[in-house]
Order: sequence, then C-alpha cells, then structure tokens
Amino acid sequence: MKTAIAEKKKKPGIGERAYKTLMKESTAGFVFCLPFILGFLLFILIPLLLSLYYSLCKYNIVGGAQFIGIQNYLDVFKDDKFWKALGVTGFYAVVSVPLRVIFALIVALLLVRDTKVTPIYRAMYYLPSLLGASVAVAILWKQMFAYDGLINAIFGLKIAWLGETDTAIWVLILLSVWQFGSSMLIFVSNLKQIPSSLYEAARVDGASGIQNFFRITLPLLTPTIFFNLVMQSINGLMVFASGQIITGGKPLDSTLFYALYMYNQTFAYNNAGYGSALGWVLIVIVALYTAILFKTKKFWVYEGGL
Amino acid sequence: MARKKRRKVIYHILTMLCGIIMIYPLIWMVCSSFKESGTIFLTASELIPRNATIENFINGWQGFSKVSFGVFIKNTFVVAVIAMALTVASSALVAYGLARLRFKGKNLLFALVLLTMMLPGEIVMIPRYLWFNKLGWINTYLPMTVPCAFAIQGFMVYQMKNFIEGLPRELNEAAKIDGCSYYSIFTRIILPLLKPAMGTVAIFSFINNWNDYMSPLLYLKNVPKYTVSLALKLFCDQSSTSDYGAMFAMAVVSLIPVILIFIFCQRYLVEGISTQGLKG
Repeated sequence: MKTAIAEKKKKPGIGERAYKTLMKESTAGFVFCLPFILGFLLFILIPLLLSLYYSLCKYNIVGGAQFIGIQNYLDVFKDDKFWKALGVTGFYAVVSVPLRVIFALIVALLLVRDTKVTPIYRAMYYLPSLLGASVAVAILWKQMFAYDGLINAIFGLKIAWLGETDTAIWVLILLSVWQFGSSMLIFVSNLKQIPSSLYEAARVDGASGIQNFFRITLPLLTPTIFFNLVMQSINGLMVFASGQIITGGKPLDSTLFYALYMYNQTFAYNNAGYGSALGWVLIVIVALYTAILFKTKKFWVYEGGL
Repeated sequence: MARKKRRKVIYHILTMLCGIIMIYPLIWMVCSSFKESGTIFLTASELIPRNATIENFINGWQGFSKVSFGVFIKNTFVVAVIAMALTVASSALVAYGLARLRFKGKNLLFALVLLTMMLPGEIVMIPRYLWFNKLGWINTYLPMTVPCAFAIQGFMVYQMKNFIEGLPRELNEAAKIDGCSYYSIFTRIILPLLKPAMGTVAIFSFINNWNDYMSPLLYLKNVPKYTVSLALKLFCDQSSTSDYGAMFAMAVVSLIPVILIFIFCQRYLVEGISTQGLKG
C-alpha cells in the first residue's frame, strides 16, 4: 500500500528518498528505539568502560589517573574488609530474600480469596513495601530499635539492637523482610490465574488440601518464585541506603554492606580506582550468581504454562 | 456450619491483627510526631499523645542552615515530575518500537532492555558518578533527570511493551491500509490507548524519584539544592543535638505524596506490580 502512495509522487529527489527511507518500517523501528540506544551507550556502557579503566588506575577523582595494571584487583583479594563486606552482604541476601518470598507466599495464600475486606487487608500488607525504600522509614527503623525506642519499650527489654554485632544485621534483615508486600501482590495475581478446574479435578481424585498445594499451586508458582528470587537477590546484594542511614556499617563492620564499602572507598577514603575495582568484582559476582540461578532453573521451575 | 463460621472469624481476627502489626511502626511514627518532642521516647510504648501538639511540624518546617523544609519539598517535586515526564515519554517511544516494528537488531535491543532491568542502579553508581564528574554535572539536577529521557529503566519499557502487545494488532493493519505511517500510527492510535500503562509508569517513576536517596547523596552538594530524602538524612545526623519530634514530623510529611498516590491510584499501582516484577 505504501508503494501506491509513493508512485503518485513522481520525481524522487534527495528529500524524497530520505523521506521514503524514513517511512520504512526498519527505519521507524530504529528511530523509535533511538533514545534507548543512546541512553544505553551514554549512561550505561560508557560509565562502565570508564570505571573499568579507572579500576586499573590509582585515581582519586580530583587528581589525574595513574595506570597501575591489576594492582587494585590484587589488593581487593588481600583486603580483609572486602571479605567482611562480602560475607555480611551475602548473609543479608541469603537470609532476607527467601524469608521475604516465603512470607509473601503465605500471606498471598491467605489473601487470595475475595471477601469484602480483602482489599483493605492487602493494602495493609502492601503499604510497608511501598514506603520501605524511603529515608523516612529508615529513620523510623533506627528510632524503633534505639535503646529507648519502640521495641524495647513494648517488650520491656534493654537491648542495644544497633550497638551489638549479633543483632544489628538482623534489624536490617527485618526491615527488608517487612517489605514483602509487592511480591505478595504478584503471587496473589498469579494465584488467581490458576484455573479452578485443576482443583476440582484434584478433588474428584481425592486429593487433600496439602496435596493440592504441593502438586498444583506451588509448581504453577515456581516461575514467579524464580523471578522474585533473581530480582530480589540482585537487589539484596546491592543494598545500600538502609545500611548507610541506619547503622553506617557499624558496629565493628558487622553491617558493612558491599555497596557501602564501595562508596566509602571511593568518596570517604578517596580511592576511586580501588572503588571501581570493587565494583567490577561485584559485577562479576552478580553475573555468576545469576547465571548459576538460571542453570538451576530447569530442575525446579515449571515452564509448561497452564 | 458453626465450625465454618468460627474458622472464618478466626481468619479475620488473625489477618487483621497481623496487618495491624505490619503497619504499627508507621502508625507509631505518625502518632509520635504529634507528641511533645521530649516525651517521644519516654512514652514510646504509648500510641496516643498525652498532649497532642503540632509544634514539631512548625519546628521541622523551618529546616536547617536557614533553608526551609518547603524548599526541599519543592526541589524534590520538580525533579520527580521532570524525571517522570521524561521517563514516560521515552519509554513509550521505545516500547512501541520494540512491540510493533520489525527491524534488524531488535532482539539484541530487547535483551539489553532486560539487562537494564536486572542491573540495579547501585552497580553503576560509581561509574556514573565518575562520568558525570567528567561532564561537569556535579551539584546539578542533570544526573537525576537527563538519563530519564533515554528510556534506560528497563522495567518501565517492559511494562509498556507488554501493554502494547496486548492491544489488537488489527488496529495497526487498518491504520496502515488507511495510509498512516508508522509514526502517525504511534501518535494517533497507540498513544491514546496507552494511557493506562503510562499512568502506571508515571506513578512508579514518581515514587522512585521521590524516594531516591543515592543520587542526591552523590550529586547534590549545597543545602538549598537538597531533596527531601537527603534533608531527612541530615536531620537524622544532627538530631543528637536537636529534637526527634521535628525529625518525625518531617519524615511523616515526606511520606504524604506517596500515601496520597497509594490512596487515589491504588488500581494503577496494583496493576503495575501484578503484571510482573518490580523492585522494592
């Protein structure tokens, strides 16, 4: 149909030809995607390459960069604080992510039925995850677990939650688990898509409620569980704001998150080169972790569709 | 029958109770902000203020370093709205390209979009800082707004792409037969239909930018340019000397826009989350 229109206009000058090219589907597709192509180059690829270069330099942002080869990387692996930060962050992610997914699933199972009040319930459980990323909530959390804060006052305890190396990290884990609401909503919408005919068939076969859950519900949710695990683990390994605001890595580095250590090296200790190297080590770790998670997919994730 | 009813009652009581425990910290914060500043921690186990006062809000609003809290709110609002508008516009363009047009390299591009979805902001935090430092963008709002014009938030593009793919393809074909170009198909047909998805993306973008802490922390150096989250953090650091009441009060104020969105746009929020993924 396009050609019919084009034929009406006879002489194909340069402008005409440019116009015709512009009207082609492949050009249009490229034009529409141009913002992303530019953005990816300007705000993702270039910064990453720049930091790859700086990771091979002695560099403190203000002064010039001095090439020192892989020295920064050698230093990373000899750095006790690097291992400490990696351990703290790994522990945080390994504990908080599964807990979050489990809570989300349990609450979703409770809130999937539609009564008049369920929307209110869902809102109550969802609200923390909407507000949780804000500084306001981080401040709130800090005061709740202060020595004279809400938790001690309610339970009549005298524990310096944020002052002890054993407890501080759990305060941050609790903050993360508290925000299970958005995963819960995803589970609710997935649960609703499971056709009731499956359960009816199971009932005819005499399946119990528990069998229903493990043979029908859970397998059909595994793609969502997988998706949540991947996304939240990555975010968990990247946790920054809560650590920076609530504990600042203290006490004794027991809450020194990796991103926080990276930030400190770059800005507080003026080691942008070393900070960049830390960043690249983390990128490799996250990539490997994600790859491994995807490899395990075929063993437990149901992909048959409904 | 009686047993069924009893189970129902237990279900509601338990769910309600756990729900209240979930939001109790937030309620506590709101109530505390109305207590007299000196009594917040003395009466931490009580919810209702003994002498309710709005003094904390008045004190907090004065801000610090002679900058009123209103300035921080205005700054955040301007940044968040600009970032939101740019995100919606750029994501819509890219989403249409990926959803409806055939061209070389499209699969690669979509893979890159998914990659940006998995790539958390923190991982490019320092690289981006070094780059923007080179560009001379430090202490401006550019690092928080300009990238939004380039659709690099994968989640937003993904959200809109899914929506466009759900629209009937016949619309496109019909428009093409009527002589519409690929560009006018976008402006005349896709855009008007895309409004719900744009609403969802706008809301998420606004909330993300409103809550954003890391970018202001990295890029803003003068107090008058601070956003709400950075100002709150400073409040928190200083409050060893000053009053907790004002801090709680301003923390509550900072949550108001998000709570308003939560109340009035819940449908968009829930839809956005339910159609897969999302951070937070």
